[in-house]
Amino acid sequence: MERRVTIRKTAKLFIGGAFVRSESGRTFTYKQDGRVVNVARASRKDVRDAVRAGRTAWPSWRDRTAYNRGQIVYRVAEMLESRREQFTDALLASGIAPGAAAGEVNAAIDRVVWYAGWCDKIEQLLSTKNPVGIKHFNVSSPEPTGVVGVVAPDRPSLLGLVSTVIPVVCGGNCAVVLVGESDPLCAIALAEALATADVPAGVVNILTGGFADTVPTLAGHMDVNALDLWIGDEKLDAAAAQRACDNVKRVRRGGAPARRFWFGDSAQGPDWIEAFMEIKTVWHPAGV
Amino acid sequence: MATSQAPIRRRRPGKAARTSTRSARQPADGHARLAVASPAGTSWPYAAAPESHDYLKLASRYELFIGGKWVKPLGGRHFASINPATEEVLTHVGEASAADVDRAVRAARTAYEKYWRRCTPASRAKYLYRIARAITERSRELAVLESMDTGKPIKESRDFDIPLAAAHFFYYAGWADKLPWAFPNVEPRPLGVAGQIIPWNFPLLMAAWKIAPALACGNTVVLKPAETTPLTALWLAEIVRQANLPPGVVNIITGGGDTGAALVRHPGLDKVAFTGSTEVGKEIARECARLRRRVTLELGGKAANIIFDDAPLDEAVEGIINGIFFNQGHVCCAGSRLLVQEPVLDAVVHKLHRRMQTLRLGPPLDKNTDIGAINSKAQLQKIQALADSGEAAGCKRYETTCALPARGYWFRPTFFTGVALSHRIAQEEIFGPVLSVMTFRTPDEAVEKANNTRYGLSAGVWTDKGSKNFKIVSQLRAGVVWANTYNKFDPSSPFGGYKESGFGREGGMHGLLPYLER
Amino acid sequence: MAFVPVDAVGLEERASSLATRSIKRDAKVAGLRLVISCMDLTSLEGKDTPERIKQLCRKAVTVDPDDPTLPAVAAVCVYPALVAAAKRALLGSSVKVASVATAFPSGQSGLDVKLREVRDAVTDGADEVDMVIDRGRFLAGHYREVAEEIAAVKEASGTARLKVILETGELGTYDNVRRASWLAMEAGADFIKTSTGKVQPAATPPAALAMLQTIRDYEARSHRAVGLKVAGGIRTAKQALQYLVLVKETLGEERLDPRYFRIGASSLLNDALMQLRKERTGTYQSDDYFTKD
Repeated sequence: MERRVTIRKTAKLFIGGAFVRSESGRTFTYKQDGRVVNVARASRKDVRDAVRAGRTAWPSWRDRTAYNRGQIVYRVAEMLESRREQFTDALLASGIAPGAAAGEVNAAIDRVVWYAGWCDKIEQLLSTKNPVGIKHFNVSSPEPTGVVGVVAPDRPSLLGLVSTVIPVVCGGNCAVVLVGESDPLCAIALAEALATADVPAGVVNILTGGFADTVPTLAGHMDVNALDLWIGDEKLDAAAAQRACDNVKRVRRGGAPARRFWFGDSAQGPDWIEAFMEIKTVWHPAGV
Repeated sequence: MATSQAPIRRRRPGKAARTSTRSARQPADGHARLAVASPAGTSWPYAAAPESHDYLKLASRYELFIGGKWVKPLGGRHFASINPATEEVLTHVGEASAADVDRAVRAARTAYEKYWRRCTPASRAKYLYRIARAITERSRELAVLESMDTGKPIKESRDFDIPLAAAHFFYYAGWADKLPWAFPNVEPRPLGVAGQIIPWNFPLLMAAWKIAPALACGNTVVLKPAETTPLTALWLAEIVRQANLPPGVVNIITGGGDTGAALVRHPGLDKVAFTGSTEVGKEIARECARLRRRVTLELGGKAANIIFDDAPLDEAVEGIINGIFFNQGHVCCAGSRLLVQEPVLDAVVHKLHRRMQTLRLGPPLDKNTDIGAINSKAQLQKIQALADSGEAAGCKRYETTCALPARGYWFRPTFFTGVALSHRIAQEEIFGPVLSVMTFRTPDEAVEKANNTRYGLSAGVWTDKGSKNFKIVSQLRAGVVWANTYNKFDPSSPFGGYKESGFGREGGMHGLLPYLER
Repeated sequence: MAFVPVDAVGLEERASSLATRSIKRDAKVAGLRLVISCMDLTSLEGKDTPERIKQLCRKAVTVDPDDPTLPAVAAVCVYPALVAAAKRALLGSSVKVASVATAFPSGQSGLDVKLREVRDAVTDGADEVDMVIDRGRFLAGHYREVAEEIAAVKEASGTARLKVILETGELGTYDNVRRASWLAMEAGADFIKTSTGKVQPAATPPAALAMLQTIRDYEARSHRAVGLKVAGGIRTAKQALQYLVLVKETLGEERLDPRYFRIGASSLLNDALMQLRKERTGTYQSDDYFTKD
């Protein structure tokens, strides 16, 4: 008999700032510490709802000052730091060794802090005032593209997730994130951290479950502006890339690099933010 | 003590008003009145709204912050810091002698070699984030202290000085581990130890402007706050200590002109950064030239605020008020020369006149005070002398007639019309709430007059026509140009002057340059 | 008129800056009393009945049965069909009857219908008429027709005072708010009013500020003092006090008088009463203790 009977958490989807079950009611099973967790399995309609939540949240997220976005992302790091134990437990449950788990949690927190400092600088880096040959004031600067669909890498389940999601929102976009079945707990813990970090509802939406239905739905959705695909299954990846062309999405395909890739310098950079931004150039005559 | 307002009175009652159809309707005693009968009786004075400050505990004495510890000055001397609104002594702070300066620079050098140089950029960033967050957490306490020490209204320190100081640390924290991206293909390296001297007009904010980029770039610092406003810098020292920064990365030494001179001369510095008067700035430049030492200077200004006849007039008047009366005019970039296009001169003067009446002068800790105390007796005397010179030169003087508190240093918001460029009040920086109003006819004339000064820190342009804005902005020889706005600051926006207003920029990517070897 | 452009960012900054005024203790009490005495207590619902209006009028005269020192409101504001009932209920009191008119809230009817409505309301006893301008024509640039319509309504109002609703939330820019304000005043408005309250956004401090600046400029030119009414979405005492600050610091505190300033509101009254009682007793209040007439 158990010494103390514990309260088991229901593993739900994170859509529009709320934790909800799949509209289909379906779940898949995942093992943590010997017991079975029934995790929500996202459906096509859940993807539809998540995209709608992202689109609704976008104008206000985009219009916030860059400084404000930076402060919010920094607060995400504060929440991650205070939830170290929860993340470590999730990684251990997924089969990562204790030393590696601690290293991954540190790397994830540090990466979020790193990106927090980019929010109010990326525009300076990517903007130019252009010396056009006629009497005009001419400036180019980046703007967020809109709603970005992210299919998170399978491994490392925490660092890979943070590395793909955070740069998307730093640029002022909203994200709809699909997370696979190999480790849903890190994603749920991240969702909880986001929900308590002043991130406005709908800016990040996280859907757990298999990709067979959700990836094609997201890839073909006409109100999604870009995709960030880290899919190991080549057929699924190729099919998604094809469907994305229906509304000329901006697509980045990373495949499934080795775990150690994500710990290196090439797994972070202002180019990761720039990938989901559009450059706008404005002309104005200069003359009295 | 409630503040009072009264209609504006011209300084020479009875003298003929400037001729215009509007002024002609004003009665001879000079009081601006509307020719419409107003219902008698309704008055709605604001009650006193004092910001509480009993939780702020000031010790009777503060020491120097060197090597991560509070240490007594070697000369054993302390000097008083007073509240300019009441003339009360707030506390006493240490006077750093040349020997103390030496201790501080050595501590900064040791910290640089032993800790800061070896600290990873990501760790430097995290320390700076801690400082930023701590300033925000203690913001109310810092705002009250700043108002008590400087005389500026609590509304300003609460809504402007303190939040912007925190934001500056937050912004530069983010650059600490991203320097390779700031300048293409160059690996940026720190300079070493920086000596920094800051003025009394925005004490905590100026400390943030100096310390944040220096540390982000990997340097260590010795900072000397202004003699009359040392307190928030000392609070910042305590925040630095609580943030667990390695000892000696930030050193804060209080003192006067002698302390500053000793710091500038010290052979152990790799860099000097100074914000203050042009005269002292030139002395420092000479010293650094002799020593072949890197230096950046942010000096005085005499900014032109240009109002075209197609300007959004009410917002332009707000911009004028903000430009010269914000912070009692103690702003290097103050819009102290108003250049008005002739067709709208009367409208602007009339609206300015009327708007000034609502400025509330009074105790800095009252939340409804707009105009606080002048920072020191010495500064008050300077302002009085310059204003009197304007009157003596025949310019017409207008000022509000609110009652001045019995104690403290106060000066009513004032403007002069009929000013020509050659008047002293149009040439010299007054650093007080005194505005000189001049006119122009064409855009070229405005630009010529605006640029006709030894200074080049800032300028303002007001017109509803976009292309005119872009054109004028490109012709003004000033480091910061505000178009249809005034006195706007942001950590990501570079600030600094042309000509005798200094060189080097603070804020933004360009604000990294003064602290990097490239 | 020489058009003076408005810089939206600058205007909004000025309004925000005035919102930081701290109104405490006796200034707060005095301000809330002014808010009550300048209020147009409003009911504009499709389901209004004479009985409902009778109860509203009782509240208008005796705002708080527990505090007889409080003033009555300035007026009640109702639909034309309820004017007679309001007039009867307010007999012997100082409270005026204001009627909305001219196909309120949309204004989308022929001029003859609108004028007839105004005349009927005045015949039934309306002391004040709150008309809406034709926003469609205004936004299409037919300013002269808009002005002529206002002048016609002014004439049909007879001795009743005319408030002209600009519906600032539909005008799109502060430049248009200024234009519409000036146009309405030149056409004879006694008050210019922000909103019908049926459209979001309704009254906002920057829109009110733009109107106050225009009133001031018009007065300097014409020597005629026009009033300001803010209406729509003003539910809390704190918001109402912010509008008092705008009037005081733009036109002067002498204009904080029902002849020159009105707030159109309904639930605001109870919030003002709650704040007043809190100032008196030192404790926060519950709305169970204030009548919902």
